[in-house]
Amino acid sequence: MKRRSIFLNTSSTLGFLFLYLPMISLVIFSFNESKLVTVWGGWSLKWYGELFQNEQIMTAAWLSLKIAFITSTLAVILGTMAGYVLSRMGRFRGKMILSGWIAAPLVMPEVITGLSLLLLFVAMESVFGWPAGRGIGTIIIAHTTFCLAYVAVIVQSRLSMLDETLEEAAMDLGAKPSSLFFLVTLPLISPAIISGWLLSFTLSLDDLVIASFVSGPGSSTLPMVIFSKVRMGVTPEINALATIMIAIVCVGVIAAMYQMRRQAKLTAQFK
Amino acid sequence: MKALTLPESLMQILSRLTMRFNIFANVKWGRVSVISVPTIWLAIFFFIPFVVVLKISFAESAIAIPPYTSLFEWDPEDAFLAIKLSFANYIYLFEDTLYIEAYWSSVKIAAVSTFFALIIAFPIAYLIARSDPQKRILLLALVVLPFWTSFLLRVYAWIGFLKKNGIINETLMSMGIIDQPLALIQTDLAVYIGIVYTYLPFMILPLYTALEKMDITLLEAAEDLGAKPFQSFCLVTLPLAVPGIIAGCLLVFIPAVGEFVIPALLGASDTLMIGRVLWDEFFLNRDWPMASAVATVMLIMLVLPIMLITNRTEHKEGAK
Repeated sequence: MKRRSIFLNTSSTLGFLFLYLPMISLVIFSFNESKLVTVWGGWSLKWYGELFQNEQIMTAAWLSLKIAFITSTLAVILGTMAGYVLSRMGRFRGKMILSGWIAAPLVMPEVITGLSLLLLFVAMESVFGWPAGRGIGTIIIAHTTFCLAYVAVIVQSRLSMLDETLEEAAMDLGAKPSSLFFLVTLPLISPAIISGWLLSFTLSLDDLVIASFVSGPGSSTLPMVIFSKVRMGVTPEINALATIMIAIVCVGVIAAMYQMRRQAKLTAQFK
Repeated sequence: MKALTLPESLMQILSRLTMRFNIFANVKWGRVSVISVPTIWLAIFFFIPFVVVLKISFAESAIAIPPYTSLFEWDPEDAFLAIKLSFANYIYLFEDTLYIEAYWSSVKIAAVSTFFALIIAFPIAYLIARSDPQKRILLLALVVLPFWTSFLLRVYAWIGFLKKNGIINETLMSMGIIDQPLALIQTDLAVYIGIVYTYLPFMILPLYTALEKMDITLLEAAEDLGAKPFQSFCLVTLPLAVPGIIAGCLLVFIPAVGEFVIPALLGASDTLMIGRVLWDEFFLNRDWPMASAVATVMLIMLVLPIMLITNRTEHKEGAK
């Protein structure tokens, strides 16, 4: 038993080191005065200054944040509808098709999604004249389409865990379908909706491949700018940017953990 | 009395007929709109695009905007519709070894990476499943955290590690273990490392879910019956973890097959992966019909079989 736990501890410590060493090195080298990755030139905030003065990165970051915000809001609305339809609306014609269309974007290679959407936009433009050119609008549509699938899956699994008696009670008391949804179901699935929104936001903010296909001239998102910079070599400003992102995510994860622990304590008290 | 029955039954027949034909009589509009909004969105922006890809894969590349020929030619004078389907792209796809090799090497790279991800993930998932609840939340958060940070930046971090004057080479050289920098970046090895690294959380989480559900008394029973730890692992733990293993492997393998960013940043220029071939066909050669043909074959050969497998396993799970 003892020998096994030593083996378990070492191998999982190595696993966690494998996961975290690259990220830690990004954080440390973002404070490096020297431009060379492996030469330590002393602590400095120089690259953070350069990052905020880099107009190309800042414009792209602002554009990506805007796209991510609109995308995740749209994806949450459409995805919640899809998840609700699939788990609460019984049988209807085309249910199999809808559930297939929800599952498929999750396994679709990004290059195929990107290419097919671009070809659709080009074809639509030549037939209907819309969308005229490509840019923020087409990126938002593309991102919403794959994010809504993630939201639908999260909402669906939350709904399947929920006790349906609450909704039945509301119906027995004469709630209309719309008020049943907004007053009973929606508050109950709000954690799933929040995590769906956050997940969509991250997915949209991080997407390089699909955005590269469907964006137009002048609408380079942050991952597109990072990709073109990184291809030319390691740039310390990107280290600074990565550190800021990691810090934000850490704060978010710690807050979520704190919330989970508090909830666990509360349920323990009620028991 | 009899005089009344005839018109009454006539009325009944009439109302039944109207019910039958007036299909909208029983429709609840709220329900219909809630169902149709996401369905229509996905039909337009998810399903129809594939039809367009299929169509353009039969076109020919042309110097025009958009850069492909039209399949239909309508001659208004003779009222003659000519449909031109070019199979040249598909023939070329199977004649030129580049594409077949790229498909094959994508499957190989994805399979090997999935295997290593499984080996690295298993002890971590096992440890998390066996630790006490307080520690468990912390460890799970440690697994999930990288997933929320930028995928692109995590791949980028490996460039700093693997490149010629990167951290690994400098460390090994300063320790005197090697005197020449190792070729680490722009190799297949770097691609394997990149895929395992980025998809590891996708392997750990389903494994953890399967192992957490396992009844620990089963292991005690095996021990009481004289099984050695290794035996009870192979005969008890492993079979019970199979659903998690399948789910984790699919979650790593499927996106890895179509991966573009990792081979582009960490791989050599001759590291063939089909996602990269499609990208180059589109962005470098500007051959949209060829890119569409590559995508169509990829969809039929890789994506559809996998989707059928997952569907079948889901149905089996549901039947249980």
